[in-house]
Amino acid sequence: MNGPNHQPSGVSLVVRGLHKSFGAQKVLEGIDLEVRPGEIFVIMGPSGSGKSVLLKHLIGLETPDAGEILVNGQSIQTPEIASKYRMALVFQSGALLSSLTVGENVGLYLTEHELKPPAEIRQIVAEKLEDVGLKDAMDKMPSELSGGMKKRVAIARALVIEPQLILYDEPTSELDPLSSVVIGNEILDLKRRIHVTSLVVSHDRDLAFGVADRIAVIAEGKILIVGTPEEVKNFKHPLVQEFLRADFKRES
Amino acid sequence: MFENIGDIVLLFWRTLLALPQAWRQRQKVYEQFFEIGNASLLMVCMLSFFIGGVIALNFGPPLVERSFTNAVGGVVGLAIALELAPVMMAILIAGRIGSAMAAEIGSMRVYQEIDALRTMNINPIYYLVLPRVLAIALALPLLVTFSVLVGWFGGAVVADMNSHMEIPFKAFFSDMRDLVTLRDVSKGVFKSFCFAIIVGVVSCHQGLTTIGGPRGIGRSVTKAVVNSIVLIVVFDYILTRFMQQ
Repeated sequence: MNGPNHQPSGVSLVVRGLHKSFGAQKVLEGIDLEVRPGEIFVIMGPSGSGKSVLLKHLIGLETPDAGEILVNGQSIQTPEIASKYRMALVFQSGALLSSLTVGENVGLYLTEHELKPPAEIRQIVAEKLEDVGLKDAMDKMPSELSGGMKKRVAIARALVIEPQLILYDEPTSELDPLSSVVIGNEILDLKRRIHVTSLVVSHDRDLAFGVADRIAVIAEGKILIVGTPEEVKNFKHPLVQEFLRADFKRES
Repeated sequence: MFENIGDIVLLFWRTLLALPQAWRQRQKVYEQFFEIGNASLLMVCMLSFFIGGVIALNFGPPLVERSFTNAVGGVVGLAIALELAPVMMAILIAGRIGSAMAAEIGSMRVYQEIDALRTMNINPIYYLVLPRVLAIALALPLLVTFSVLVGWFGGAVVADMNSHMEIPFKAFFSDMRDLVTLRDVSKGVFKSFCFAIIVGVVSCHQGLTTIGGPRGIGRSVTKAVVNSIVLIVVFDYILTRFMQQ
């Protein structure tokens, strides 16, 4: 979804009336939302609520049954969108190519599109890996990394694109609290440094309320609320409250 | 298999359209080519020697008994060059290389690596399919040429050493030259080129359409090998019929 024409800062993202079904199963039922340039927008919801499917639509990996997705006012379906705006997705698993080293993974976009000479690519890769605190991992294979390190490499790979929109799919799943904080800080740091628009899909309440400018809560394929973290906390919908307050009950 | 024929043909067409990218992907083509050669050469050598030997063993004594001694070299030579080397090597490559291709691409699909390529605007056909199909299309004809030579040698050794034939080495190859032409060898090599395309495209298609986890990868590998072999045998008949005209 990316091209070499560099434009500064984040882009806006508008989703209107998005519907998607897989066979008889309705996954998205009329999603409407608007993400402003440079903001961190978190989509929260329980497992199976349609978050990841929505994310795949936003990067163009799925085609909607109905509705439209606009990036800076231009439909994501238009062919030139890939060359006009730079977008990156940080996958839940990292989705690093297991046959390549960490350095090759991070530099893959530049190498495959032949955008820079090899020496410069290596330098850029080293810089991006340093940005995510993994400067010594350049020649390691993905199988040698922990879950948190893989996600940080995936972020470095996204950064190489110099994205205007980064989508994160469950960035803190399977991570310990300390690694989750590192990832959360990374998301905040990117906003501060390159003013990228960030859309985070997560069911991690700590992450969502820690980094979001605005939050949308999705359940059963529908958006229940879009608002600031404070507005979402005070929203009285039973499903939202149940999701936000879910906790263990242990009798003493 | 038949419900996927349309998709396989479409993938083949898209791979053809991607051919102008071949020079850009030359490093990957070389790596795949080296891997195919490295993984198969010893096996090709062994298999071909014994195929040549067993053909000589089966057809030699009855021909010698009926005073057709000078036909043994030609029969063994033709059988190997036209049929056995191309088909057996294609089946070997389907099992050895096609399965590995389907497993690797299938695993990349299951673990979202292919989605990751797409998000970076890297076409999986350029990046994954084209280098593999090109490498196998270059490697298999070379392996088959090698296999033909080793097979003939195996046939000659058995014809010489078997007490029911005892055809000298020199006579075996001299008889072979009377019946087998360069055109016959070319036909076999051309067939192997077509089989290579079949193995490459079918295996990559199975990999790209893998769904589910490790079980899905296993299913894809099995389907890649079985479908390749079925198509090799079917196309062997079609090509042989076409080349006889």
